[in-house]
Amino acid sequence: MSAKLEAIGLAKRYGETVALEPTDLTVQTGEFLTLLGPSGSGKTTLLQMISGLVAPSAGRIEIDGRDVTRVEPGKRGIGMVFQSYALFPHMSVWDNVAYGLRMRSKSRDAVREAVDGALAMVRMSEFGKRFPKELSGGQQQRIALARCFAYRPSVILLDEPLGALDKKLREHMQAEIRRLHKELGATFVYVTHDQDEALTLSDRICLMNNAKIEQIGTPADLYDRPSTRFAAGFIGHSNLLEGALAHDTEAGGEPILLAAGARIPLPRTTQVAAAARHTLLLRPEALELVEPSRGFVDGRIDDVVFFGSDTHVQLSLPDGSELTARCARTLSPRVGDTVGLTWDPYRTTLLHA
Amino acid sequence: MTLALRANRPADASGRRGAWLAASLRILPAVPTLLFLLVFFIVPAGEILQGGLVSSDGSIGFAQFERIARTPVYAKVLWITFAISFLTAAFSIVLGYPVAYLLSRVSNRVRERWLLWIMLPFWTSYLVKTYAWMLLLSKTGVLSTLTLALGLVRETNGTIPSLTGVLIGMVHSMLPLAVMTMLPVMRGIDDRLAQAAETLGAERSTSFFTVFLPLSSPGIAAAGLLVFISSLGFFIVPTLLGSPRETMIAQLVISSVLELFDMHFAGALSTVLLICSIAIFLVYDRVVGLTSLTGEVSEKQRGSRAQGLRLAVLMSAGRLFAPLVRRRGGLQPPTEGVRVFSPLGLFTMAILIVLVVPVLSVMPYAFTKSDFIAFPPKLFSLRWFGSFLGSPVWQSATIRSFEVGFGTAVLSLALGFGATLAMTRLPQRATKPLFALLVAPLIVPRIVVAVGLLYLLSRFGLTGTNTGLIIGHTVLAIPYVVVTLAAGFQRFDWRLDDAARVMGASPLQRIRTVLLPLLMASVTAAFLFAFLVSFDDLTIAIFVSGGINTTLPKQMWDDIQLAITPTLAAVSTTLVVLIALVIAVSSWFKRRAR
Repeated sequence: MSAKLEAIGLAKRYGETVALEPTDLTVQTGEFLTLLGPSGSGKTTLLQMISGLVAPSAGRIEIDGRDVTRVEPGKRGIGMVFQSYALFPHMSVWDNVAYGLRMRSKSRDAVREAVDGALAMVRMSEFGKRFPKELSGGQQQRIALARCFAYRPSVILLDEPLGALDKKLREHMQAEIRRLHKELGATFVYVTHDQDEALTLSDRICLMNNAKIEQIGTPADLYDRPSTRFAAGFIGHSNLLEGALAHDTEAGGEPILLAAGARIPLPRTTQVAAAARHTLLLRPEALELVEPSRGFVDGRIDDVVFFGSDTHVQLSLPDGSELTARCARTLSPRVGDTVGLTWDPYRTTLLHA
Repeated sequence: MTLALRANRPADASGRRGAWLAASLRILPAVPTLLFLLVFFIVPAGEILQGGLVSSDGSIGFAQFERIARTPVYAKVLWITFAISFLTAAFSIVLGYPVAYLLSRVSNRVRERWLLWIMLPFWTSYLVKTYAWMLLLSKTGVLSTLTLALGLVRETNGTIPSLTGVLIGMVHSMLPLAVMTMLPVMRGIDDRLAQAAETLGAERSTSFFTVFLPLSSPGIAAAGLLVFISSLGFFIVPTLLGSPRETMIAQLVISSVLELFDMHFAGALSTVLLICSIAIFLVYDRVVGLTSLTGEVSEKQRGSRAQGLRLAVLMSAGRLFAPLVRRRGGLQPPTEGVRVFSPLGLFTMAILIVLVVPVLSVMPYAFTKSDFIAFPPKLFSLRWFGSFLGSPVWQSATIRSFEVGFGTAVLSLALGFGATLAMTRLPQRATKPLFALLVAPLIVPRIVVAVGLLYLLSRFGLTGTNTGLIIGHTVLAIPYVVVTLAAGFQRFDWRLDDAARVMGASPLQRIRTVLLPLLMASVTAAFLFAFLVSFDDLTIAIFVSGGINTTLPKQMWDDIQLAITPTLAAVSTTLVVLIALVIAVSSWFKRRAR
């Protein structure tokens, strides 16, 4: 793999407002990279600067090693799928898909071949004569995709493309986008605020917050080894226990965390860094409900929420902090019961913040 | 008339050179328009001001004003001009407000159907409208004949010439403008606000007085401003429907130019009008905000004791009127809106009838067999159309009007499109002064623009030429083009332009393949409006078209002052039909665009 796209010190300010701090980012050829973050995190600004629709205040962008910072969007070899599609309402589906090819002055036959191919790829061959407003949301989405890759750009930028679809259609289109990514072999940069979408689709996720990159890694990296409280909180559901580090003298000096009025064992491998506060990340699915006082800590059940495949149990600990545990439906926890909580210390992550 | 002053993209305010360059590139499409207005509007207006404020010995002062104020005849003219303009504005608002209110609360389809009946009198030439009132109100007119026949009165001299006649003519001319100006502001007021007020316990009328009326006040102010300033420069109505006692300032300007050849005095009179307009305009911008002209409501107002007092007054007004408002058993469902067969609906219908019927009433006279206008006309003959279309004078005037109208439409569309494009892409703080400049010709009385252009064009030997007329009419048409196009740009989704850009389309390709096709309805409407502004104009034509080379309105004006012949009825009928066609075409385009 080689670098397809590189941002070097890329930054954007609007007057006093910082939309993106100086940022470095490398996207590999053929990679599916997702820019994930809450609104205002700078992810859309970053994407728009890659596309060339917004000029950076500082830094540069390279595609295939060529500096394209001052190159017009249409000459960067990119394609873009817009939020709510931006299909031309006055053109038929066919003309929409052909637009990029015609702007490149391709021969009539080449245009026909490419458009038919693109429509076939999104399984919309019969819809060429229709107009965008005659299509459903999912169909419009497919046309937007076809229009974007009809002229074979090597980088495809997608700006929250599934935001306007309902949940079921969204899941379906996620599968479609994954398939298209494989078939096209192009580099995808995908913007979303939906963590599930990011986890499902991406080769790597670039998590953004407060106009800068918080963490970059594979979905598993981000889920299992978040580097900050924000990362832990944004991806997946997380329980955070704050406390002080200590060493258990009885059990041979193993590291422990004093939190929630309990002594919580940590993995032997824990790096004991000096920090003002330490936070233990417990994923709900790692928690196990046991008899009271048989676990690391006891908790009282406040609520039980049915989720279909499993049940979410909300507990409060003696010090008032709250936890959520996911448990199989074979158990039937009752509100008001006191239960013990246990887990595999190696499935937890200690954050030094 | 609504406006988009911003595109859907954040303004680039970073101080870097590149950004600065990009921003100045964005204003580029407006540059030809700005230059055009500078040369043909700002400079002439400046010359008038200079001429009026600088006396012959070179000192700056209000000497010319003193001369006007000290001469009793002029002082009286000034006074009657302001009185008539004020009354016209007041009547137009009082009568137009309920109509605009109703139109703002009905569904889009119903509104558009009713608006057609406002557009017809709105775009009908002032000359035709005034001619129609002459036929209705004169001693031998319809009203006199009918009242005599019915035995209501024994003898009558007709309603004109009189102040009443002038006011009827003026209000009839201005009412559509008032409605069209108030409507966008009212449409911007959320229906649910009134419902919220009612769920909070306000009576229907209290809710109207405390919520709707204050929120619509910028619209009232905008309508008042436009009607008042337009009325200041009126001369057609007072000349034809008034007695010498109702002489208005614009008539003095015209007679001093055309009869006394006293350009200096005409300049001084124009200065008075111009300074009044600027003063009113500045006060208006301070108090209400210029943007309300476009239907935007500014957030200027802050809570204060005065506001509290106003609210109390409005609430008691609401309570006072509560018994007069029909209760309809609880809250109305939001979809129902205002019903057509309510007192308000009937009032609106009555107003529309009063607006439209006089315009249509000229038609029967065009088909009369007799040699003169008399009520009832003796039908049916086409001889007057023959004398209109067969006369070389009328023929050349008609051809010339079409030529000038077409030229004006093309030029003002080209200039207005560039300016509007620039305006939507500039940061907001730059759009306000740009917009103010672009609509300024609408706010300065036409007669002032005309006098200024006469100065300028005579210097270049352009008086009496089509070029001169097209230039003058383009100055007048630019505000209409800009306002119409801006409404279209507001609905335009700029991401479509971005999409085309990413796919490799050049700026010109984007305009041709995306922007223009999607703005076709607005572009067509702007083109037609510009054509009508030119086709309808008399003020500029009186000064700038000279001798035998007249336009249609100028020819009508010359004829109408000599005698009211049935030929004029034939011409008027042709014009009304033409305008109805234009409105029908533009509404067809608008509907097809959806």
